[in-house]
Amino acid sequence: MAYQFDFAPVLAQADLLLKGALFTLQLTVVGTVLGLAIGVLGAVVRAWRLQPFSAVFGVYVELIRNTPFLVQLFFIFFGLPALGVRLSEWEAAVLAMVINLGAYSTEIIRAGIMAIPKGQLEAAAALAMSRFEAFRHVILQPALAKVWPALSSQIVIVMLGSAVCSQIATEELSFAANFIQSRNFRAFETYLLTTLLYLLMAIGVRQLLAWLGQRWLMGRR
Amino acid sequence: MDFTLWDIVRNLLTGLQWTLLLSLVAFVCGGVAGLLLLLARISENPYLRGLARGYIELFQGTPLLMQLFMVFFGIALFGIDVSAWMAAAIALTLFTSAFLAEIWRGCVESIGRGQWEASGSLALSRLEQLRYVILPQAMRIAIAPTVGFSVQVVKGTAVTSIIGFTELTKTGGMLANATFEPFLTYGLVAVGYFILCYPLSLSARYLERRLHGPA
Repeated sequence: MAYQFDFAPVLAQADLLLKGALFTLQLTVVGTVLGLAIGVLGAVVRAWRLQPFSAVFGVYVELIRNTPFLVQLFFIFFGLPALGVRLSEWEAAVLAMVINLGAYSTEIIRAGIMAIPKGQLEAAAALAMSRFEAFRHVILQPALAKVWPALSSQIVIVMLGSAVCSQIATEELSFAANFIQSRNFRAFETYLLTTLLYLLMAIGVRQLLAWLGQRWLMGRR
Repeated sequence: MDFTLWDIVRNLLTGLQWTLLLSLVAFVCGGVAGLLLLLARISENPYLRGLARGYIELFQGTPLLMQLFMVFFGIALFGIDVSAWMAAAIALTLFTSAFLAEIWRGCVESIGRGQWEASGSLALSRLEQLRYVILPQAMRIAIAPTVGFSVQVVKGTAVTSIIGFTELTKTGGMLANATFEPFLTYGLVAVGYFILCYPLSLSARYLERRLHGPA
């Protein structure tokens, strides 16, 4: 007997899926903004070798990049309460995403800063730019522009990785999918539609980041 | 029942073996599939090229967790009872092949056009060009990013705990529930992954430096 596909019971719950997708996007936005902030801070500290912070960030980057996101999430959600730090599902999810993206973007942005020729700073000083102006316009912006494609890929990877947050009951897209398939027993159809939704989101976020990069970093309006 | 620290570590080491085995299977099978996918991705047939592109886009643009569910529940549709181990191995192989094919495509494309033209003028067929001229040069460039990607494969295996494959993370979860020591247990689980991944990261960095440093 051939399997009869039936998408109707899944489509009947489309509002749940869309709500989950929206929450995944919200987690991604917060995770991206805070994660990139850590990344910029870490990259500056690492690139200029500001000890002892440089060493601390070095250890942080290696620890995070060499362990799975899921384990980081479990450690935060199940492990930290032992130290008296009790986070809600979505707080743990955001914290894990921020810590994860922070580590990767530290390395990516550092590479961008290292690629800025020394003469650029000297030129900025010759133009009587303040240190902050020079940092902002001569170091940070060109560095981010150089590594923006790599950063964008990493942001998409973090968004897709957030699917495992359903395991601590964060009510994002994959949580909605688990919920729906547990009620209508149409597991394959549910996960197929959810997978396609993730694919659309990945493509959309990639496009949006490319547009933002053009506008803010490459100065094309 | 009381657990000593050694009991926890001993059980985690058993889980670690499965993580290692799954990583190896996924990396080797994914490498073979990735090579075939690479050939399709750079073939002269536009349909084959488009198909490979779509495949890579699909696996790079969706969560590994969803890929795992699709394989797990998809195979079951054919009435085949699929174990968590099989589903994990198949899904991770597909995932790995897509990423490796894309990494390797970059390496092949970095080989100058002149190499294709020169070998073409020697009347080598396309396969011969690849086999004797292009791939040997591309392989040199590919080693560092390939080793680097192996870290992602090892970390990816953690997600298979969700469909019930008893590797390191799943073992850690069960131990955390049994011992009421989630901080210690998940900490040790993280150490286990770090021990597997850090040497790979270091070798990737070393290989990268050797390739780009003075010859």
